[in-house]
Amino acid sequence: MIRFVNASKRYSSGFDALQNVSFHMEPGEMAFLTGHSGAGKSSLLKLIALLERSSRGQVIVNNQNLTKVPRRRIPYFRRNIGIIFQDHQLLFDRTVYDNVALPLIIAGFSHKDIGKRVRAALDKVGLLSKEKKYPITLSGGEQQRVGIARAVVNKPPLILADEPTGNLDPELSAEIMGLFQDFSDVGVTVLVATHDIALISELPYRTLTLKDGKLVNDSQPSL
Amino acid sequence: MNSSSDTRKPKKLNRPGITTLFRSYFLRHIQVFFYSLGQLSRAPVSTLMTCMVIGIALALPMGLHTLLNNAQQLSGGWESTAQISVFLHKKITPSQAQNLKSDIQNWPDVISVHYISRERALKEFQALSGFGDALKALNTNPLPSVLIVKPKLSKENEQATQKLLSKLRNLKQTDKAQLDMQWVRRLYAIMSIVERGVLILGFLLALAVLLVVGNTIRLAIQNRRKEIVVMKLIGGTDGFIRRPFLYTGFWYGLFGGLIAWVLVSFTILSISAPIEKLTTLYQNQFELSGMSFLTTLSLLSISIILGLVGSWFAVGRHLREIEPQ
Repeated sequence: MIRFVNASKRYSSGFDALQNVSFHMEPGEMAFLTGHSGAGKSSLLKLIALLERSSRGQVIVNNQNLTKVPRRRIPYFRRNIGIIFQDHQLLFDRTVYDNVALPLIIAGFSHKDIGKRVRAALDKVGLLSKEKKYPITLSGGEQQRVGIARAVVNKPPLILADEPTGNLDPELSAEIMGLFQDFSDVGVTVLVATHDIALISELPYRTLTLKDGKLVNDSQPSL
Repeated sequence: MNSSSDTRKPKKLNRPGITTLFRSYFLRHIQVFFYSLGQLSRAPVSTLMTCMVIGIALALPMGLHTLLNNAQQLSGGWESTAQISVFLHKKITPSQAQNLKSDIQNWPDVISVHYISRERALKEFQALSGFGDALKALNTNPLPSVLIVKPKLSKENEQATQKLLSKLRNLKQTDKAQLDMQWVRRLYAIMSIVERGVLILGFLLALAVLLVVGNTIRLAIQNRRKEIVVMKLIGGTDGFIRRPFLYTGFWYGLFGGLIAWVLVSFTILSISAPIEKLTTLYQNQFELSGMSFLTTLSLLSISIILGLVGSWFAVGRHLREIEPQ
């Protein structure tokens, strides 16, 4: 699903965010991406979502070599990735329903389909009763769940999460992780960037560790 | 499950079908059409101000254009009153004059010829000039007979009129032929200058409208920066993101055009009464005409096009700058 081959990212400032990173994730696999802040976690996710392009090496996502995706195809490529952000990136002038429906509207689903899919996604994250509320009236954990519902409403084969539990207490964090596990169980590839070591250590998943832009550890769970 | 879907190859659940895509694309346009209108109505004051600026900028050249049209119409009326007076030699008899009249009538470039006999000329002169008694004292009629020739006139064939004049002058029966057209020609010259001025003014103000719309849309884009970022993150194409801004430009253009129309119509209405009074004083029947349906239509289309083009430039310039970080 995701394959990095000696991928490097150097920003125009000369900063090397990633150096010779190589790894491979199978479809349906779930993994954590960890490391100190500035180690390159966000840069790695950005390469996968084509928010940035690698300076050297190859990044292959969903059987597409990303160096060969032209700019105008990027939107279509992104529709196959559900991205979850630490700061949710919700639109506060729209209801929860409208926020979650946005990817479907963009993809051109019919009105009827949108209703069904949005409610299914909201049901999945336990917010079906709040569809008419505005995000600002929800708690941090609820807002994050709206973000998750929006990321999965399109049923993408790949979910990327950047510090999804960054602002949440351990209990809520575990809840969010539980959702990711559920998606992984139904065949979705999930890559979660986090520096919450305590959370990772409790869960039996592969962990990729970055340090100063290099992949220093790729550990399978010890079962 | 129905049987027809069984025979089709399994479609990807993740994507809407092609017909759905077309239908929702169309629906989406209608939705955005009204959504952008709703967005504008949420900030009625600033929307109105922008539309007023556009309206006034367009009303100025449009109003001048309409007035110019009226002036041309009016001078067209004067033009038809332009005439060549051909004073005949006194020895020409009335029947000779009649013959000449019917001759000239057959010339091209001549609309009509009116014959005034010496006797009638005298009578008219007596009646109108106030020298009646003095004229009675004369033994002979001092006035010649006159042929009033109405030439076919237009701005283009001034030379033809001159040619006609010299042709009339060269007739052996003619004593003198006079064409008093100098002032009409001057008027035409002035009007063509004004016409060009209106054109340049219109061009400059159209440019101003473009800039106003462009700037307004640029601000709208900056206000909705976050929304644009989110759209890009979840796979919104440039076209999708551009659309509401283009429709906003469309609405600005439409409302600006309507305001311009109202301004021009109101101005014409308010000056039509004094103008009518003025023209009656000149014994001229003239009614100020407003904007025709076609002019209105072109005003609205021009202003809509300006709105669309202005927003297109703004969106094109600024959308690329906004990329998710």
